[in-house]
Amino acid sequence: MPSLKDLKNRINSVKSTRKITKAMQMVAAAKLKRAQEAAAASRPYAQRMASVVANLAGSMGEGSTGPKLLSGTGSDQTHLVIVLTSERGLAGGFNTYVVKEARRLIAALTGEGKTVKIFTVGKKGREQLKREYSELFVGHLDLSNVKGNDYSDAGIGLGKEITGRFDDGEFDVATLVYSQFKNVLSQVPVSQQLIPAQAPEDAETIDLKGATYIYEPSQEEILETLLPRYINTQIISAMLESGAGEQAARMTAMDNATRNAGEMIDDLSMEYNRARQAQITKELIEIISGAEAL
Amino acid sequence: MAAKLHFSLVSPAKELFSGEVDHVIAPGTEGEFGVLANHAPFMTTLKNGIVRVLENDQTKMRLFVRGGFADVTPAGLTILAEEAVDLASVDSAQVNAELEEVRNKLSAEGKDGPHEATLKAQIDYLSDLRAALAH
Repeated sequence: MPSLKDLKNRINSVKSTRKITKAMQMVAAAKLKRAQEAAAASRPYAQRMASVVANLAGSMGEGSTGPKLLSGTGSDQTHLVIVLTSERGLAGGFNTYVVKEARRLIAALTGEGKTVKIFTVGKKGREQLKREYSELFVGHLDLSNVKGNDYSDAGIGLGKEITGRFDDGEFDVATLVYSQFKNVLSQVPVSQQLIPAQAPEDAETIDLKGATYIYEPSQEEILETLLPRYINTQIISAMLESGAGEQAARMTAMDNATRNAGEMIDDLSMEYNRARQAQITKELIEIISGAEAL
Repeated sequence: MAAKLHFSLVSPAKELFSGEVDHVIAPGTEGEFGVLANHAPFMTTLKNGIVRVLENDQTKMRLFVRGGFADVTPAGLTILAEEAVDLASVDSAQVNAELEEVRNKLSAEGKDGPHEATLKAQIDYLSDLRAALAH
């Protein structure tokens, strides 16, 4: 039976925990709003870019293969898995779900006898995957110095690194595993193939009404400048979605924590009041029986 | 009244313009080109310069773009700019101050600093923007 003082201390400590989780929840809610706005602002560009790529790729003749970024190396032996997670924890199962999806993908690929290389973005994924797959790691990108929701530098940097490695022949296929932001309550981990570039299936293709495209300078040159940018855009929008998802997951997790702390405080207060009442009753009995004895 | 052209200009940061216009003049890498309604399908890369939006032969809007792509389809003209800004919303004094700041940053970092390429690209962009403003 804990003493009254112990109970009082516990109640106070749970109360301060609740204050912290409440504050974290509110910070996450404010950040979520900004992250969602940033993600929404970047969406028109990403969509248009996708439909332009779909158009171009669709109009490539059967005979011409186009740049390697589009057609691939002709093999799919070596896979690069890029795992995009957050820098900070306390976001519920957010990172765990992404890592789980990455594990599933890695296991499936190794099961098929492919060579897998892992590139992590964000500290949490690296921590969770390092134990099992440390020998497969080829690189890591730190996002801790990204300010606000400006992922453009980090995204372009990562895009350059990935396409550079591809040009060096380090891998044949690159897949990005990240958390897709569906809504505040659900973030779905997905695997998206980056290289060879794929035009999204749902991109609107435009009916040219029988006319043929005119390209300046030429279709190949346009594709060559467009594809790396397309990959960068995909990376940046994945980063934005993941950022928004992280804040949403943290907000939900902290909301739950705040509620749990509240319940715990109620339980502890009940126990405290009972213990106090029991003590008073005990003291009264002692006094009365002392008076009767006289 | 001639048919209208659907024109939209997007940069990674936001959608700057979307709507029906008469005529758009854009800076292609191989020369400036104008697009009217029902233009043939056409795709080109862009260089730094001014995109002009014309309505009734009057310049309605001038936008400065840094690199990107223009895509003309029967549905309209789409410009995907790396970076774009409405010239009506920029102030030349501010551009000059920014240019000065970036130059200082570059000289402070010295040669072969980690951000040299980005800073130089920024200087190019800002000086082109200043030239466009003086225009």
